[in-house]
Amino acid sequence: MDLLTPEFGLFFWTLIAFLAVFFILRKFAWKPILNMLGEREKGIADSIAAAERVTKEMGQMQSENEKLMVQAREERSLMLKEAKEIKDRIVNEAKEQAKAEANKIIIDAQQQIQQQKMLALTEVKNEIGNLAVEVAEKILRKNLATADEQNGYMNMLSEDIKLN
Amino acid sequence: MMSYKRLFAALLLALSVSVVNAQTEVSAAPDPDKEAKQEKKGFNATEVIFGHISDSHEWHLFSTRHADGTESPVSLPLPVIIYAPGKGLSVFSAAHFENFHEVEAGDKKIRVSDSYNGYHLERGMKEKLVADDGSKVYDFSLTKNILSMLVGVVLLLWLMMAAAKKYTAKGTMTAPSGFQNFLEVVIIFMRDEVVKPNLGRNYKRYMPLILTIFFFIWINNMLGLLPGGANFTGNITVTLCLAIVSFIVMMAKSNKHFWGHLFNPPNVPLGIKFLLVPIEIMSMFIKPIALTIRLFANMLAGHIVILSVISMIFIFGTLNKWIGVGFVPVSLAFSVFMFMLELLVAAIQAFIFANLTAVFIGQAIEENHSNETGQEYHVNENEIIA
Repeated sequence: MDLLTPEFGLFFWTLIAFLAVFFILRKFAWKPILNMLGEREKGIADSIAAAERVTKEMGQMQSENEKLMVQAREERSLMLKEAKEIKDRIVNEAKEQAKAEANKIIIDAQQQIQQQKMLALTEVKNEIGNLAVEVAEKILRKNLATADEQNGYMNMLSEDIKLN
Repeated sequence: MMSYKRLFAALLLALSVSVVNAQTEVSAAPDPDKEAKQEKKGFNATEVIFGHISDSHEWHLFSTRHADGTESPVSLPLPVIIYAPGKGLSVFSAAHFENFHEVEAGDKKIRVSDSYNGYHLERGMKEKLVADDGSKVYDFSLTKNILSMLVGVVLLLWLMMAAAKKYTAKGTMTAPSGFQNFLEVVIIFMRDEVVKPNLGRNYKRYMPLILTIFFFIWINNMLGLLPGGANFTGNITVTLCLAIVSFIVMMAKSNKHFWGHLFNPPNVPLGIKFLLVPIEIMSMFIKPIALTIRLFANMLAGHIVILSVISMIFIFGTLNKWIGVGFVPVSLAFSVFMFMLELLVAAIQAFIFANLTAVFIGQAIEENHSNETGQEYHVNENEIIA
């Protein structure tokens, strides 16, 4: 039974020590730790909620982005189409312009050639005329060396005039 | 691990030396008949075990053997603080109590020290400080148990405040590290599994009490398991003190609803009320008694079993030296197993004490909601009735 009888001194010191530990730990350990744990739990819960919200927002943004992408793609193809048309038109215009220019140049060239040719021909005609006059002169000089001949010729010319 | 082995070896050494010491102390007695009787008896396991589990005014470490064969115990004498009405307060070292001699007291033999300052120590099943003239004495000595408790208290304060400082230093949203990790798990477990379910809305108010009870008991249970440690939580005074604290809190926080149900249980026939009310009143006082006995008996039993297993070596050793040596592995294996079990028990008993305290306070502060459903004496799932 000795083991079951409480001792006064031990009871006294245990009570004092326990109460001291209780009050010290309550102030310096349990309250800060529990507050911090509570704050952290709240922080974690808030973070998770924020993350979920952000994920949702991201989802929305993504779908918006996709929509924008589709729109942009459409616009791009439209622009490409337009650009192609413009290009074709410009190329065609340029081709036509070039053709017209070329034709003009060709016509000019032909006119010049014609001009040159006429000049050359006139020159050749003049030369031939001169040559013919010279030859006729020479022949006439020889044929009309005598007075008879000169008379004969004059008769012939006068006959011509008479005829007229 | 190494130091643990060394401590264990020291325990064995201390045990073996104190055994021999007990013998020589006895053999130093003048009566030759008694000496012969004691030698026949050999190893006295009861004396060794009770010497280790009971409180003492000195912390016995080991004994040395002198050249002439006598032994002198090496122990840490602890301060003796006595208050006697009329004589006042006296403080001195327990080293002044020496030369224990055996005295017949009724049918038992007790060992009594020389008188000092008008007081002497009596060592029977447990150590008592008494006045020479038999007058009333209040012994406030810092005994082995109290010293062990103070070590536990210092350790507890240091560990918890270091952890708390980490929280305030590193801020809320950093991950816990080191001891903080372990502590946090335990605190959150106690909060979510013990305090919240039992104490409801105002659970935060009771967290410090439940946590202090849990860690105070746990750390002292663990210290008691150390070889050479004191049997603090296996002392009925200590468990009674803790139970009274939780009983006082329970009474202080009890509400009208609790007392109403106690003295006038609703929806019960009058005849049954006469039966029920005394039972309820008794159960109210049985609760702290159950708390007291449960922790005390569990821790005491653990210490006794471990000491018994180790004592077996020496019991067999007195038959034959080689049987004793041969029994060492068996005894060691079994005591290691018991140590493992006791480590578990240390935590479980601390948890149960804290849990039951929470349950009892929870019953006392329970609010009036059972009347609405018309259901009486509803038992919630984690209620333990004892």
